[in-house]
Amino acid sequence: MMASSYNAKDENGHHPGSVDSSGPSAVKSKKSDNTDFKQQRLPAWQPILTAGTVLPAFFMIGLIFIPIGIGLFVTSNNIKEFEIDYTGVDMSSPCFNCSQNYSWNSTSACTCSVPFTLDQPFESNVFMYYGLSNFYQNHRRYVKSRDDSQLNGDKSSLQKPSKECEPYQTSDKKPIAPCGAIANSLFNDTLELFYIHPNGSRIAIHLGKTGIAWWTDKHVKFRNPGGNDNNLSVVFQNTSKPVNWRKHVYELDPTDPENNGFINEDFIVWMRTAALPTFRKLYRIIQKKKVNMTPTLPPGNYSLEVTYNYPVRSFDGRKRMILSTISWMGGKNPFLGIAYITVGSACFFLGVVLLIIHHKYGNRNNNTDIPN
Amino acid sequence: MDFSTIRNLITRCCTGEESWVDSRTVYIGHKEPPPGTEAYIPQRFPDNRIVSSKYTFWNFIPKNLFEQFRRIANFYFLIIFLVQLIIDTPTSPTTSGLPLFFVITVTAIKQGYEDWIRHKADNAINQCPVHVIQHGKVVRKQSQKLRVGDIVQVKEDETFPCDLILLSTCREDGTCFVTTASLDGESSHKTYYAVQDTKAFNTAEEVDTLHAIIECEQPQPDLYKFVGRINIYLDRDEPIARPLGSENLLLRGATLKNTECIYAVAIYTGMETKMALNYQSKSQKRSAVEKSMNAYLIVYLCILISKALINTVLKYVWQADPNRDEPWYNQKTETERQRHVLIRAFTDFLAFMVLFNYIIPVSMYVTVEMQKFLGSYFILWDDDMFDEELGERPLVNTSDLNEELGQVEYVFTDKTGTLTENNMELRECCVDGHVYVPHAICNGQVLPGAAGMDMIDSSPGVDGKEREELFFRALCLCHTVQVKEEETVDGIKRGIHQGKSTSFYISSSPDEVALVEGMKRLGFTYMRLKDSHMEILNREDEMERFELLEVLNFDSVRRRMSVIVRSNTGEYYLFCKGADSSIFPRVVSGKVEQVRARVEHNAVEGLRTLCVAYKKLTHKEYEEVCRLLTSAKLALQERDKKLSEAYDVIEKDFILLGATAVEDRLQDKAADTIESLHKAGMKVWVLTGDKMETAAATCYASKLFHRNTQILELTTKRTEEQNLHDVLFDLSRTVLRQHGSMTRDIFSGLSADCQDYGLIIDGATLSAVLKPTQDGTSSGGNYKEIFLEICRNCSAVLCCRMAPLQKAQIVKMIKASKEHPITLAIGDGANDVSMILEAHVGIGIMGKEGRQAARNSDYAITKFKHLKKMLLVHGHYYYIRIAELVQYFFYKNVCFIFPQFLYQFFCGFSQQPLYDTAYLTLYNISFTSLPILLYSLMEQHINMDILKRDPSLYRDIAKNSLLRWRIFVYWTFLGVFDAMVFFFGAFFLFDNTTFTSNGQLMATNTQMMFGNWTFGTLVFTVLVFTVTLKLALDTHYWTWINHFVIWGSLLFYVIFSLLWGGIIWPFLNYQRMYYVFMQMLSSGPAWLSIILLIIVSLLPDVVKKVLCRALWPTTTERIQNADRLYKGHLSEFSPLSSLHAPHARKHDRQGSESQNHAHCRSDSSPSKKLMCTYWGGRPGYCTFNSFLRIGENPRFSGAAYAYSAPGPETSV
Repeated sequence: MMASSYNAKDENGHHPGSVDSSGPSAVKSKKSDNTDFKQQRLPAWQPILTAGTVLPAFFMIGLIFIPIGIGLFVTSNNIKEFEIDYTGVDMSSPCFNCSQNYSWNSTSACTCSVPFTLDQPFESNVFMYYGLSNFYQNHRRYVKSRDDSQLNGDKSSLQKPSKECEPYQTSDKKPIAPCGAIANSLFNDTLELFYIHPNGSRIAIHLGKTGIAWWTDKHVKFRNPGGNDNNLSVVFQNTSKPVNWRKHVYELDPTDPENNGFINEDFIVWMRTAALPTFRKLYRIIQKKKVNMTPTLPPGNYSLEVTYNYPVRSFDGRKRMILSTISWMGGKNPFLGIAYITVGSACFFLGVVLLIIHHKYGNRNNNTDIPN
Repeated sequence: MDFSTIRNLITRCCTGEESWVDSRTVYIGHKEPPPGTEAYIPQRFPDNRIVSSKYTFWNFIPKNLFEQFRRIANFYFLIIFLVQLIIDTPTSPTTSGLPLFFVITVTAIKQGYEDWIRHKADNAINQCPVHVIQHGKVVRKQSQKLRVGDIVQVKEDETFPCDLILLSTCREDGTCFVTTASLDGESSHKTYYAVQDTKAFNTAEEVDTLHAIIECEQPQPDLYKFVGRINIYLDRDEPIARPLGSENLLLRGATLKNTECIYAVAIYTGMETKMALNYQSKSQKRSAVEKSMNAYLIVYLCILISKALINTVLKYVWQADPNRDEPWYNQKTETERQRHVLIRAFTDFLAFMVLFNYIIPVSMYVTVEMQKFLGSYFILWDDDMFDEELGERPLVNTSDLNEELGQVEYVFTDKTGTLTENNMELRECCVDGHVYVPHAICNGQVLPGAAGMDMIDSSPGVDGKEREELFFRALCLCHTVQVKEEETVDGIKRGIHQGKSTSFYISSSPDEVALVEGMKRLGFTYMRLKDSHMEILNREDEMERFELLEVLNFDSVRRRMSVIVRSNTGEYYLFCKGADSSIFPRVVSGKVEQVRARVEHNAVEGLRTLCVAYKKLTHKEYEEVCRLLTSAKLALQERDKKLSEAYDVIEKDFILLGATAVEDRLQDKAADTIESLHKAGMKVWVLTGDKMETAAATCYASKLFHRNTQILELTTKRTEEQNLHDVLFDLSRTVLRQHGSMTRDIFSGLSADCQDYGLIIDGATLSAVLKPTQDGTSSGGNYKEIFLEICRNCSAVLCCRMAPLQKAQIVKMIKASKEHPITLAIGDGANDVSMILEAHVGIGIMGKEGRQAARNSDYAITKFKHLKKMLLVHGHYYYIRIAELVQYFFYKNVCFIFPQFLYQFFCGFSQQPLYDTAYLTLYNISFTSLPILLYSLMEQHINMDILKRDPSLYRDIAKNSLLRWRIFVYWTFLGVFDAMVFFFGAFFLFDNTTFTSNGQLMATNTQMMFGNWTFGTLVFTVLVFTVTLKLALDTHYWTWINHFVIWGSLLFYVIFSLLWGGIIWPFLNYQRMYYVFMQMLSSGPAWLSIILLIIVSLLPDVVKKVLCRALWPTTTERIQNADRLYKGHLSEFSPLSSLHAPHARKHDRQGSESQNHAHCRSDSSPSKKLMCTYWGGRPGYCTFNSFLRIGENPRFSGAAYAYSAPGPETSV
């Protein structure tokens, strides 16, 4: 690259004008100022990975990781989790009928109730999830099928959704709000939980439906067009509801204007596409009862009332309801704890191996080289 | 490149012998010739504009783009970019467009800048004023407007604007002096001659009246060849034809000296001048690293294509179920549905290619280029390689070959001026067997010989006296030396001051200067050449004048030169001096045997010998000689051949006068350098034009041959006695027998030099060996094979009597031998250029023989000793740096892309990218680019001083060892492993459990879910940290810059991610990264898993490194360990404390150590085993005095004694 075919500079170097370039000043100027950098002699730390130097690190890692791992494992094991599949594939399953006669157009909702028993009490806040499997929310066509500007309350995007939303961009020549495949396939089963008191009475458990989405999503990323206080039905006047929806976006939660339209939290949670085809999403929160000391969910019989709207059988999907408590490190997570314990012990073991090697080989080197 | 080769081809065709007919006719002053001669056909010639720039303002962008996209990598990325534009691909076109744009822009700016500089230089040259004669007046013109046929006036110290034919000068004898320093670097003054018939035209008016036509050949690049004819029309008669030779041709770029002004006519202008023809770009050399890089690239391309293919096939297998292909929640658009399945499949394939294309890193090329370019400055800056004497730094003409300096296996070196100083001094002269030593002369009295010199007749008779003076006169007359009266010549002080007067001698040959200088000390002073009379001041301070009649110039084929002079008594003498081999056969009388003995004796001592002979000519003989010469000189075709035939006839029947011996001292530390190169496993070949004895002596002196080196001779002398075939087989048997016993000791490909054979071959035998024999094809090829086999087993080879082209031939032969070793050629003269161009790395020495070698070289240094640092330190560093750079780049891109590949299995093969666009784009450009660049500039795995002290470390990197396939596969698998760790680590966290986050930062009441972008970000974060920390683990030299860049780029990643996710970007139509990074970091498990995954990915590499270091350490690693140890202990050692060191304890060990050394030296066979035992294997430690020596004393004193024991070998 540097070799230019004909270098004019060279030629000039021999011009008569530069005859006296060999004077002492010229020598000095040609000699670079002797910086450490130019001489490649910058002061430097020169670490070398030898058995001796990494030994302490290995033992340290071992010593730190194993307790962390044990801690994680214990914490994870203390977390109560209950999972129930209510897809209704089996004939015996209570939701079998609903899953069989399913059609998007049916106006009457099919309901089924799934009984289950909790053996252990669920203390503190209990989180209720719905889980889907074999649902490719991470499919490329699906992931990109949304219009973030629209969801952010941009009015022009409301009227003219991005073409990424195809084929869920318009219906009946009206723009769909919210457009796209993700919004269109919003999970619309309704799950209700009843505690069946030993005396036979069914006590509805209060399911909190706010606080389940990221705060930033709810307050910044998702905005209703024209602010939240306006009448949403007016704002969404010229738009059409997603084809699979039964109601308009401004009817998602008519009871709470702070949880309606684009800022509906169920909607926001759904819009965050899952990473893997089997996923769970937070549905409701069962707050800890503040007054009495009874657990949030005492052991006993429960009934899960499902309004069965969401078809998954066509793609061999499964629907689950999960109840879980939570710890400082999240949900039930044996993997992390086990991984920490494994890595910690591996490091410890390697440390021992290295110690032997260091003792056997390193010492030999050192002894022969340096007598003291 | 193509362009220039085509041009070369064209020029070659135009100037070939057959097409010589295609000559050009120049009408001086654009005047029509007198009617009746030839038709005036004005030929079209280019103007005098020099164009070295590649681009103009208008064509820069298209031409530069075209040039850049001709590079395969750029073209590949362009294709990827276009594919992204055309089809619906997973990543936006910016992800590959931006880096490509960046690369192209940076390169374009660099090339544009270089071109701008060239434009400026061109303009400066093209617009400088020249004086042209028009209508009898001197007119100023811009240089670029000069046309062929213009008469130009050039004043003293001006540079000739184009190639000119000298018409007249201000000097009466029609000569002018010229230096060609900028052409071939020879700073001597050369004499050029005006055309005899025009030299009287001394003013502008007179010159303007000249009617003449010049016929000459079309321009050709050879600077020293020119044939032409001038037809002068005087008084409208028949034209007078005069020959024109290179002595009449003033070349563009040369400078007029010592002459007030000249008139000359332009014949070649602009790009047709010989200088311009000589500055054509050389063919580009590619380094071995680059070749491996390209091989890796192909492997990765295959991986890429197979990945895309696998995914495409799997995608269609998986999609066979329509519910998977198009579930109700994820419908296709109408247009997608209607597309043909094959088109869809092809688009998918392309989309996968695009998704995985980052595996071939676009930025690698930029980084490599930047590394090479910036890295080359370390050579420029190196103070150790700065030459105080000349005030010169090393030159780096190409930065593409930096790392090749660390791979050299064969060193081909010139002798004169490279190994030796090229600072000649007359040591002695021998007249009829009487030896004269100039040093022993006082006050003009000859004191024959110092004590101990034999063959000295203390009282030479009268006849002897006469012969002696004739000898001295011969040396004073037979040369082409000029006398320069001034202090300086061309910036270079030739400090040969002459007593009182400040005049000194200048010649293109330093031998001649040394001879004339020596004669002066012997009492005969050459004064000057005046009016073609040479003036000599003899011992009695009387002026003797000889008329110089003819000079039969020196050439390397004849290896002699002659002058014909007429003394003032009217006698004609022909004096000849030349190599003994070319003189002795032509001698008829004289004391040949004595002189020959002396010459051989001197040659063995490493002196350069010349023989001097003369003959007297009668007037008649002289006329005959004149006739011969003129007829040869007038010939237009094959003039050289005819001249040499004429010379051959003239130079015979000599009477031998005597011989001279000139010493050329070895360069400073030449022997030390050669020894180091040997220890570094390089084979050093000396290629020289000198005679065998002289060259061999130099080789002994420079430790190329040791006393215990077994010398194998393959010379004409031997082949005369024996058939070449037998000699070759004899030698190969000798070598191979030893070799067979040796192979047991050799474990790896390292060639141990313990056997120490030295081969001497001369040019004639070499051409016999290389010549394809007529009888049978089998034996012809065999010779070469056998010869190569012999050479391979010799640690040192000396080739003497080499013609320049043979030097290149040898280099080429070694290059083409089956191991394809990396060759380096080093030389200082024009005769080394061919070899410098041929070798993988060409190094020029900026020496006394001019700049031609330096100009054609890849690197130029001032002294041979600098080669040591250049190869052992710089080369070593460059190599390990670039090797790591290349491996690391592929590694980090495997880490980067493999998770994406794995992700396809979990997203229905839908080409969903794992990472966000910004991450995809910036990963190679900014997150991970600077640390590796800085590493590849700063890394020093071992201290510089140790590298210099211990040349054997060079063997550790020989044969491209850091880029072997094994290591490449290791890195690739490491990358795959790391990628698996990242991906499946994150996968299990997401898949298995509620991997959740605190939705409201710093509050604990709610737990949220993470989506796919968080998944990608987690993987990416682990990736960036792992990859950067992996480099940190590999870094052995942590300066503040490394700290700054490594931690800085990690910090930059974090800050960028915070920023990128912290804002709703108004210009983007997606906000998928909004707060993803912050949310991830607000979750405890994310932190824990990031730490865990980083450690797990780094662990295997660390363990592998530590284990290999402990169990199977390389020499480098041993030294690293040791270095570290005694750095820690250095302070404890002082010369005093060493005395009190526990001698008793060490005694034992030292004893065995010295045995090791003794063993090692005595039979010179440090087997590989010995190389590995720690100190025993490093004999270099003891021979070089380093500053660490004091610190090492306690350990090495024993070894050092062991060294002095087999001492005498050093005094060879």
